[in-house]
Amino acid sequence: MNIAKEDLDKVALSEQEYELIIRELGREPTGVELGILGSLWSEHCGYKHSKPLLKLLPSSGRRVMVGLGEENAGVVNIGDGLVVVMKMESHNHPSAVEPFQGAATGIGGIVRDIFTMGARPVALMNSLCFGPLFQTHNRYLCNGVIDGIASYGNCLGIPNVGGELSFSECYSFNPLVNVLCLGIAREGELVSSSMEGEGNILMLVGADTGRDGIYGASGLASRTLDGDQELRPTVQVGNPFLEKLLIEACLELAHTDWIVGMQDLGAAGLTSSAIESAAKGGCGLNIDVLEVPRREDNMTPYEVMLSESQERMLLIVKKGYQDEVKALFDRWEIASAVIGQVTGDGIAIVREGEEITAEVPVSLLSNPPLYRPRARRPSWLGKAQSLDLRDVSDVKPRQCKSVLLQLLSSPNIASKEVVYRQYDHQVLNNSVVLPGSDAAVLRVKGTKKGLALTTDSNGKYCYLDPFVGGAVAVAEAARNLVCSGADPMAVTDCLNFGDPEKGEVYYQLRECIKGIARACRELQLPVISGNVSLYNESKEGAIYPTPVIGMVGLIDDISNCCTPSFKDEGDLVFLLGEGFSGVEGRDGLGGSEYLAVVHGLVKGKPSMDLSLERRVQGCLLESIRAGLIKSAHDCSHGGLAVTVAESCIAGNIGLRGEISCYLEEHPAKGKETPDASTRLDSILFGERQSRIVISLTRSALVKLSRIARKWRVSMAFLGEVGGQHLIVEGYIDVSIAELRKTWEGGLSRALQGGA
Amino acid sequence: MNCRLFVCGMKFGIVVFPGTWSDGDCHYAISDVLGVKADYIWHKEIDLSGYDCVVLPGGFSYGDYLRAGAIARFSPIMDSVGQFARSGGLVIGICNGFQILCEARLLPGILLPADHLQYRCQWVNLRVENDESPFTSKCHKGQVLRIPISHYEGNYYVDESTLQMMEANGQVIFRYSSAAARVTHAANPNGSLHNIAGIVNREGNVLGMMPHPERACEDILGSTDGNLIWESVIEYCQRRSG
Repeated sequence: MNIAKEDLDKVALSEQEYELIIRELGREPTGVELGILGSLWSEHCGYKHSKPLLKLLPSSGRRVMVGLGEENAGVVNIGDGLVVVMKMESHNHPSAVEPFQGAATGIGGIVRDIFTMGARPVALMNSLCFGPLFQTHNRYLCNGVIDGIASYGNCLGIPNVGGELSFSECYSFNPLVNVLCLGIAREGELVSSSMEGEGNILMLVGADTGRDGIYGASGLASRTLDGDQELRPTVQVGNPFLEKLLIEACLELAHTDWIVGMQDLGAAGLTSSAIESAAKGGCGLNIDVLEVPRREDNMTPYEVMLSESQERMLLIVKKGYQDEVKALFDRWEIASAVIGQVTGDGIAIVREGEEITAEVPVSLLSNPPLYRPRARRPSWLGKAQSLDLRDVSDVKPRQCKSVLLQLLSSPNIASKEVVYRQYDHQVLNNSVVLPGSDAAVLRVKGTKKGLALTTDSNGKYCYLDPFVGGAVAVAEAARNLVCSGADPMAVTDCLNFGDPEKGEVYYQLRECIKGIARACRELQLPVISGNVSLYNESKEGAIYPTPVIGMVGLIDDISNCCTPSFKDEGDLVFLLGEGFSGVEGRDGLGGSEYLAVVHGLVKGKPSMDLSLERRVQGCLLESIRAGLIKSAHDCSHGGLAVTVAESCIAGNIGLRGEISCYLEEHPAKGKETPDASTRLDSILFGERQSRIVISLTRSALVKLSRIARKWRVSMAFLGEVGGQHLIVEGYIDVSIAELRKTWEGGLSRALQGGA
Repeated sequence: MNCRLFVCGMKFGIVVFPGTWSDGDCHYAISDVLGVKADYIWHKEIDLSGYDCVVLPGGFSYGDYLRAGAIARFSPIMDSVGQFARSGGLVIGICNGFQILCEARLLPGILLPADHLQYRCQWVNLRVENDESPFTSKCHKGQVLRIPISHYEGNYYVDESTLQMMEANGQVIFRYSSAAARVTHAANPNGSLHNIAGIVNREGNVLGMMPHPERACEDILGSTDGNLIWESVIEYCQRRSG
């Protein structure tokens, strides 16, 4: 072998892979070929460790028009001649290296994935994880990422309608920046990314090509950050103004019949864009790098092919229409150039003028070797899951109020308004339920319908039990949509994990995907798009396994959408779903925010009953559609007490609550091991799944009970809406004003470096 | 009502610069909600004949990479907007449109970055300070309108003597206030002088405002108060032509 190990490292190829390439080509690859192969066979583009596992995810359903892996984004039909296009993607490593530009270009990339399909982007969402904010570097990363998202997204005029923001030590130095974009198109007007038709023209439009982002896919996204190298040059710089023009020009182009396909340039730039597109259409291509408009002099073919300069699109133009296309882009003052042709022989040829610098079969490029590392159940898992509650002191009645306030001010639970008010969440005039609710709700203009959108993750649960954690992420996302009155339709996911070549990480990846798949099947949800981000590690080790679930739901009649806020004096409040009775191991304390914040423990085992979950969601959706429910709020982080506090704050009205009956119902007398689910902390702060806090008028109660019986879902009375205090008789009495002040101040204090 | 308005022939022109994004929302509020005719006008056009009111919507014209509005004001259409205004036509600049009107000297003053140095998208309350302008005749003085803002550079600044003159002339149309119509420091979202949210020129036919009335156009979006501004313009134009 005539190549040094360092040169292979640079393109993230192994010696075995290099030998495979020689065998397939029948010769040593050229430098350009090696760079192209390295990028396309990287984890980021080739999914070589995750592809076999992704096949476990269900991807079909009656509404699905484009499923997982078929195009740049998934598509579901919502009726009225309209389709929804959705995708989520990560930009973790670029954001770790340069938070502002890393996050900004993440937005740019996901937006291109949507309009490249001919859909108008109408909503953005994001899921962000950072290390604790008391560390200066984490604050720098967090503030930079938020600034980057605001700066790029606001300029585009696409509303950023919400998401999630959480903190844990494991994300220090390796934050998670996952962004979701949703678009709407008319059925039949979608554009494919498939390259077809020998003799058709390849045009590159948008920004000039520079030396930015070379090795982004192979060098940055597909290996761990070791902190020794200066990686900043691998991050690109975004130009949102150009992206805005590209959106308008490309959507105009999508309405012509001048093109056969369109594909954005993302990771590995022109290389992956052209090759993926050719592989999809089963054809070849011939590109001359001298025709590519450049930002810098003396760029090599290697640099041109692997540049990740932003805001560029590849168009597959019908032969003879290049002048019309050029004129369209001229009008938007966007540069365009013919760079090559589609060929019929299945070979990718890259030329520099007359000289051929790469000549490789597309099938070789687009079929990286796949790996199934040996999974190893982490040795520490048993210890982490064993939580002996005898060592954890229960809260005393007089401590309940202060624990509630402590949780409300914890950055994971506190109001995120200080963040989302920096994002334009109202442009396009569709935002019916604004950020800060269980899910964002958008109306669909020209119809009675609405869309509910959410992202959910819980790294802590997945760390403690990857299978259950994966299932919980799906269940909770669906529950959030149902709380808004929506019928969950489809999933997009971002799978953030550590180095898959380590058996323990591969185990987490496999189990999480299995958990997601199980929950998706139980709740009949297809996964229509997604992204895998591996090698998320820093010196401290791998991050928590963190699959992020993005989900969209359909509201048939937007006037029937539901919010979490308590509404009127005298309304009755119930806990729908899993009650308080003692089910072994279902105390909800394992992995809870309460255990972490108050006792400093990340231990225990989360649990999930998917059959109950399906019934609870079915029951709530039917009740909302019947007009019986005045508020619904998913009971999640922080447990019941935090959930009702949030409903009080949102509605600016109190609750007179009563829980002592549940405490006394299961006296622990005479038992050697007390039933944990009757502990005060379990009842108030335990995070049991499949629970929703609802409010309704007294007159709706009979009808609701009937529906609940039909679904075999239990209802536990919690109290009555009213007054200006949250009262839990005997345990908590706190004014709404104090709750609000604590909840609203928690995150802003932390972002400024306060405790 | 919509038919009657169409019959009266009133027409809004909505200017589109590269990077404008409130054009569609303005069109929706004027045309879909209120049923009045509205056209998009590309910034390279120069003919404004036939329009009763020209709207410069929000967005990031030319990316706002220099100073908000500083490049858009050199667009070909801006000479025509100036002539249109000088001949008494109604002009409304919203958000980036307000910034462009200031850069073009069609309105006094300038919009600085917010005192807290952050972009803000939130609901605000506006107290109507002058109900005799063509833009506020459907409101009453002291009325509070609930309309959202979405900007970084909205911190209104002008020299002291001009400010006094503007106040004396009733050129301050909207001020950020509490829901109870009190003009307080806490109600000011960006540090604007005198809590200024919207002003008119000396002649009273050019309005600049940072909040987005086109976003407060339907109950489902949280408020319809923005429609009062469009309806005032419609009433004014009907009276003028009738």
